[in-house]
Amino acid sequence: MPIDRYKSQRYYHHKDFQKPRHFHAGNGAASESKKRGSREIKIVRKVLDVNDAIAQQNRNMFAEKDVFVINVMSSPGSGKTAILEKTLSHIMHDVSTAVIVGDICTSNDADRLAASGAPVVQVNTDAFGGDCHLAAHVIKTAVDNFNLDEIDLLIVENLGNLVCPAEFDMGENLRIVVLSVTEGEDKPLKYPLMFRVCHAALLNKIDLLPHLEYDREAAVQNIHKVNPPMPIFEISAKTEEGFDSWIEWLMQKLHG
Amino acid sequence: MHEMGIAMQIVEIAIASIPDDLKNARIDRVNLKVGKLAAVVPESLHFCFQIAIQDTPLYNSDLHIEEIPVVARCADCHVEWIVREPVFRCQECSSGSVEIISGRELDIISIEVVDEDTTDADRSV
Repeated sequence: MPIDRYKSQRYYHHKDFQKPRHFHAGNGAASESKKRGSREIKIVRKVLDVNDAIAQQNRNMFAEKDVFVINVMSSPGSGKTAILEKTLSHIMHDVSTAVIVGDICTSNDADRLAASGAPVVQVNTDAFGGDCHLAAHVIKTAVDNFNLDEIDLLIVENLGNLVCPAEFDMGENLRIVVLSVTEGEDKPLKYPLMFRVCHAALLNKIDLLPHLEYDREAAVQNIHKVNPPMPIFEISAKTEEGFDSWIEWLMQKLHG
Repeated sequence: MHEMGIAMQIVEIAIASIPDDLKNARIDRVNLKVGKLAAVVPESLHFCFQIAIQDTPLYNSDLHIEEIPVVARCADCHVEWIVREPVFRCQECSSGSVEIISGRELDIISIEVVDEDTTDADRSV
């Protein structure tokens, strides 16, 4: 999102191009009616209010059942599933954890995560029209597969996408963004909404740093430009370097 | 990327907002506010809207998008400014405690409705 990339008029529908903008309607009368006989009706409603309402229902349900929910987001291939495999192996003995995995197709990720012994539900969004994100209603349906009374932590692995999932609240407590060192240091500036809405960043694949021309300080600085107080954990899901601090932080959030 | 779903949601909300007393109403225009930080591309939304309105009371309507700039406020020194680059640090006091007060909108503001019966009557006069 380069913020000033387009001049605002370019967004107008061709029929309205270069028309002045007016939105003030008094007493329901048309302020700038397109044709004689048309009248303006005020609505002022969020387009995604249905999602927000279901997200709030989810939040209430999770609070009632004392389930802590984290939403893990990233671009495709940044290592979400590998991180969750290792995270589960660290915490499964102490924390009863379940996982919801979102993908457009395949159950590959769920198969990998199920090896941990945690209950896993795969959501394939092709049934929902190939959606690019998980929405609140999908989570609401997916949790029917679990006995929430027996779960302390629910991890949602979102679809690989740094844009859309940031827009959809699911009722989670924490949002985590994963950025891998093979992706480029400027990703936080290119996808600022994602880095704004998340509570922590995992900088993954640091075992590859010796082979890359990667400016990790620039990556950290860029994350902090978009979200100054954001904790960043530099980790490798392969070697488990950095996992102690990430797990410690996660457990503090869970028990705090 | 999810503009089609959003276009369909807009159509649904618009139809539900037609007053009961306008039986044969056709929606002429939908006025929308989209924040620049919203994960929506207005040009894609226009394209999807044209598909989503077919065979609905919005079939000949325009989608009018007002873009809302990203405005941030410093929680420490209370300065407000328009964010033009994705940097959310206070320009006055360098505080990182910054809240976004606008720029995430995705709101339907109003619809403009034409009552087909009324316009027919107007024409016959």
